[in-house]
Amino acid sequence: MGPLLQVERCTKYFGGLRAVCNFDITVNEGQLAGLIGPNGAGKTTVFNMITGLYTVTDGDILFDGKSIVGMQPHAIAQLGISRTFQNIRLFPNLTVLDNVRTAYHTHAGYGIRDAIFRTPHFWRKEKELTERAQEFLAVFNLADRQDEIAKNLPYGEQRRLEIARALATNPRLLLLDEPAAGMNPKEVVNLMDLIHFIRDKFSLTILLIEHQMRVVMGICEEITVMDFGEVIARGTPAEIQNDPRVIEAYLGRGTAARLGGVRYAS
Amino acid sequence: MKRRKLEFLGASWLFWVGAIAIYAVVQVLFSTNVITDYMKTVIQLGCVMTIVSLGLNLIYGFNGQFSLGQWGFYAIGAYASADITYRYAAKVSIPLNLGFATFDVGKIAIFLVAILFGALLAGVIAYLFGLPVLKLGSDYFGIATLGFTIVVKVLADNSDTILPFPEMKGARGMVGIPRLTTWFWSFFLLVLCILILRNILHSTTGRAIVSVRENEIAAKAMGIDTVKYKTLSFVIGGIYAGLAGGIYAHLYAFLHPSLFHFIKSFDPMIIIVFGGLGSITGTIVAAFAWAFSLEGLRIILPSGAEAWRYIIYPVALLLIMLLRPQGLLGGIEWGFLKPIQWPRRKIDTGAPTVETATQEAV
Ligand SMILES: Nc1ncnc2c1ncn2[C@@H]1O[C@H](COP(=O)(O)OP(=O)(O)OP(=O)(O)O)[C@@H](O)[C@H]1O
Ligand SMILES: [Mg+2]
Repeated sequence: MGPLLQVERCTKYFGGLRAVCNFDITVNEGQLAGLIGPNGAGKTTVFNMITGLYTVTDGDILFDGKSIVGMQPHAIAQLGISRTFQNIRLFPNLTVLDNVRTAYHTHAGYGIRDAIFRTPHFWRKEKELTERAQEFLAVFNLADRQDEIAKNLPYGEQRRLEIARALATNPRLLLLDEPAAGMNPKEVVNLMDLIHFIRDKFSLTILLIEHQMRVVMGICEEITVMDFGEVIARGTPAEIQNDPRVIEAYLGRGTAARLGGVRYAS
Repeated sequence: MKRRKLEFLGASWLFWVGAIAIYAVVQVLFSTNVITDYMKTVIQLGCVMTIVSLGLNLIYGFNGQFSLGQWGFYAIGAYASADITYRYAAKVSIPLNLGFATFDVGKIAIFLVAILFGALLAGVIAYLFGLPVLKLGSDYFGIATLGFTIVVKVLADNSDTILPFPEMKGARGMVGIPRLTTWFWSFFLLVLCILILRNILHSTTGRAIVSVRENEIAAKAMGIDTVKYKTLSFVIGGIYAGLAGGIYAHLYAFLHPSLFHFIKSFDPMIIIVFGGLGSITGTIVAAFAWAFSLEGLRIILPSGAEAWRYIIYPVALLLIMLLRPQGLLGGIEWGFLKPIQWPRRKIDTGAPTVETATQEAV
């Protein structure tokens, strides 16, 4: 399958701080790709550039072959790129169901006139939309929670709700920013199973940021490693795991030397 | 969700029968003088204030944009509609005798056209003013809207000199506005405003509006054009203010620029904060409480005592912010104002089962 996302030599400066430099990545249709790197490497900044929240200082980003640089975030989302956030950004005071239904907005299929007069079309579409939202909730085992206020959910469920909401925009490309952060090992395994499942069920392409290497090793087909804003390695999990530059980035030069570049600590 | 057959604006025939009954009972109390003419005006003022405040709650409470411009749009609706009826109402008269009562269909038509014009004019100006300011994503939206209200007041002061409307008589105040607002119109226009707002909010449009307040960045990332929905809320809010202004002008039959002083633009703000941001029910309760406390106290207390409201309101606000920061009914709706309930469904998606963790993560 052809490339769905191509980031070409992207650079981002914050004033004098170079957060991302000449960053490249290509994600093919249907792929589950990983982006890893130590704290402050620039991973989230890459996501923010792809989704239009940050302007790109230099470089180009192609989605399905067309440049999306300079487009408004909502327009990019409407093209089929959805995401979650590292520091969860739900609609905190809305119900679980409404969080997902809100994300379905661009596919609602009725307008304000239908809403005001509550036409049969409104009821039909609203029912359809609600049932779709309930399906997304069911996938993430949140169906019983639909009437709860989002901010009252436990942390792990908030993370899952955010993914459910991202799916409701009906994306082709899903960007997940540290979806396993703050979860216990058992929850992490569950989540990775789920991510695999939704990729197949909704024929998605997924790019996943992770901080802990252990997490991505199991599920990503290709991993890009960045440090100080630059790509330092790329390959299959096995290749990455033994790349001395990656070990160095994660553990610092001294430790890497002591370990002899054999394996990183888990 | 079962669909009811006989309904208008999503309200069942039972609702409308109830509304007509309330209207009729109060009308009978008016006609038999159980409720004095003065209290009748106060009740209608409550309707007017509810409409302005609902508009502001949409802008601030539901959409999250702090605006002090509501009073400016109220003034625009009041003056614009009054100018039309002042010019034309006397010239049109089409009496219609129904046996039990006579209606002047001509005057009613002029009245409705006038207040609709006032409302739409306010909406158009809200669009022209709001779009550029909201597009810039300015943090100074609140200040800009305050400036707007001040400018409108200055224009009202000089309506006969700067503006070409000698009949508005500038700072002397506009007299001779026909008294066309009746209890019927105050009540049913209010009911329409409430239902329309409810229907907008409990739809995909409403969810888009609220998502901007909840988390603007997340809203954008979900494909919601936040500038569009901020502008939409501001325009609908402006239309509500303009409509309320029109009802007010034809209720008191007198307009004076001092009524539109920016200090008064805090009144709807007080009402929605007190009643609860994001609650239609709370706004209705608080607006009527406001009208009764303001006008009602005049009857009970010695003259001049209403000046105490500049102390009572801030203290009341302070208390509510300390004791109940979400306002009286923040986020709570009653009866027909509740969101549509959808039953839960058991769906088997074939997804791997997830442990439902209950512990909070660090
Ligand atoms: N809005 C911003 N303004 C200024 N500097 C920023 C901004 N966003 C990110 N940075 C800086 O850019 C660099 C990269 O940050 P980024 O958040 O992309 O890292 P990250 O790889 O996601 O790290 P983490 O694993 O901690 O999430 C950091 O030095 C950060 O301080
Ligand atoms: Mg990050």
